[in-house]
Amino acid sequence: MILNDELLSVQNGEQGDAMRRVLNTLVMYGEAFGAERMVKITGEMGHAVIGTGSLTWGPVFDLMDRLMDGGAIPRQSFTTDPRGTEDHVPVNFADQVMFKLIFSNQKRMEKQWERMGIKDANAYTCTAYMEEVGNIPKYGDILGWAESSAVSYVNSVIGARCNRNSGILELMSNILGYVPEFGLLTDEGRKASWIIDVQCSELSEPQLLGSAIGFRCVEDVPYIKGLDRWLGTELTHTVKDYLKDMGAAAASNGSVGLYHVDHLTPEAVNHGKSLIREDARVFVIDDAEIERVKASYPMPWESEGEPQLAFAGCPHFSKQQLCIWTDRLQKGLEKNGRNQTVIPVIFCAAPDVIAAFEKEFPEKAAYLKEIGVTVSGLCPLSFTSNPLSDKIRIITASNKLRYYSKARFFAEEELIDIITGGRSA
Amino acid sequence: MKKTFKGRPVVPGEVSAPALVTHQGFNTLANLKTAGSFMNPKGILKDINNPEIYGKLMPGKALCLPETIGSTTGGMVLYCASCMNVGPACMLFPKKADTLAVAGAVLTANWSDHPIVLVDDLGDEFLDTVKEGMKVSVTSDGTVTVEDGE
Repeated sequence: MILNDELLSVQNGEQGDAMRRVLNTLVMYGEAFGAERMVKITGEMGHAVIGTGSLTWGPVFDLMDRLMDGGAIPRQSFTTDPRGTEDHVPVNFADQVMFKLIFSNQKRMEKQWERMGIKDANAYTCTAYMEEVGNIPKYGDILGWAESSAVSYVNSVIGARCNRNSGILELMSNILGYVPEFGLLTDEGRKASWIIDVQCSELSEPQLLGSAIGFRCVEDVPYIKGLDRWLGTELTHTVKDYLKDMGAAAASNGSVGLYHVDHLTPEAVNHGKSLIREDARVFVIDDAEIERVKASYPMPWESEGEPQLAFAGCPHFSKQQLCIWTDRLQKGLEKNGRNQTVIPVIFCAAPDVIAAFEKEFPEKAAYLKEIGVTVSGLCPLSFTSNPLSDKIRIITASNKLRYYSKARFFAEEELIDIITGGRSA
Repeated sequence: MKKTFKGRPVVPGEVSAPALVTHQGFNTLANLKTAGSFMNPKGILKDINNPEIYGKLMPGKALCLPETIGSTTGGMVLYCASCMNVGPACMLFPKKADTLAVAGAVLTANWSDHPIVLVDDLGDEFLDTVKEGMKVSVTSDGTVTVEDGE
């Protein structure tokens, strides 16, 4: 790899041994993918994937200490993934003790992030690109982010350029201010090797369509046709929310880091079908395929019975989704003649989004409390890493959470019907 | 049976280990998120979506796989597993390895005492040939030999 003068001085140790090793790590990473140069990060802020001070990630926090002690600090401010739990989320005594144990590095990690220049104490979310949070890259920006759903979103919906970087490497990229140029940073790497032809009879749930795409494309770039029949050609809030959830499922059930949607996402609008490789394969997704994918999910519960806890908002809800889901719950409860949800429910969203929701829609926020819904900035994936949660029958409409926990997946309407007492699981 | 494959040594090294084989993507976070802690001290693989390897032991194995999938914590989870002695001895890919797998191996090579050897580009036949429990030997030039186990 050819390095510029600035990076050559880093390689010569002029900025210390930690910086030299950071550079060598990124060079080795890039060379594995044929990168010939490092390119400057142009986004204003970074995003990291570490928001939970997990006991298991002790070696990461030791490494962060080594970096800071060696003067290797990010050049720009950043946001990071959500915390594993929050104090106001109701849990029993055993869970409280377990959370203290399994998240025993939380305070240490938050102090490290503060020292490294995190945006603020509310910057813990997987949807940092929400307006209320304000970490919104521009079209064409070069980024060194991690977090699979966020990488998918900024690449696809915004048109920024970011590889699926691992935790720690995203931090090192922001320390150096450069990333190796390969893959999704290049025009060629952003071309689609799959054409996904959506032929469903109605708009599929995003988390199911995304799962089907992830299973089929794994790490390849898909060009999705047929969605504009329902989504139109404008990136409205509703459309962005749909794409956020579809992309998160494709990124977790497979490892899709970028997708193009015909007539809708910015690069598809700008470049059209020239984004499709000549040798691209075609895969049709119809109602039967969606049903097949849903039926293929294994039964995760360890015991028979009715659900005991429900999660929604993985990835974190937008403000609009908080409103919509509140209204859907209200309708469901009214239909089923109930005043409260039949099981505890946790809605997850970015702390800044929750603050805006509570300020702009105080009556909805109060209603959620009244019916038994907790709104939190936690990460359901981290929350369910509590081994005690394996025994709890959890339900969710998130395909990402389904994949990483023992939560059972239900389509959104099914989930709402269950938690409002309209049907059993 | 003994067969030799030549690949690209991304993180070179000498390893001899029993094979652990998955023909579907290896979801690193789903498999190893608690590995090395009191919740999973032995490093048992936990991804219920991958019945081929679910419940099997990770430490010291030659992990033969098409790619890793899922969360971008993948590389750092591999790094942590390696630091806590519950990681694979090596990762072997028929095609070019993905960014998260490479990140994990590169992190261990640069920042830990337990590098995960990573060889990719071994060819499709590799994953058709290698079976669980076979003895896998890797040399630093990317040569991988598989042979029937004990």
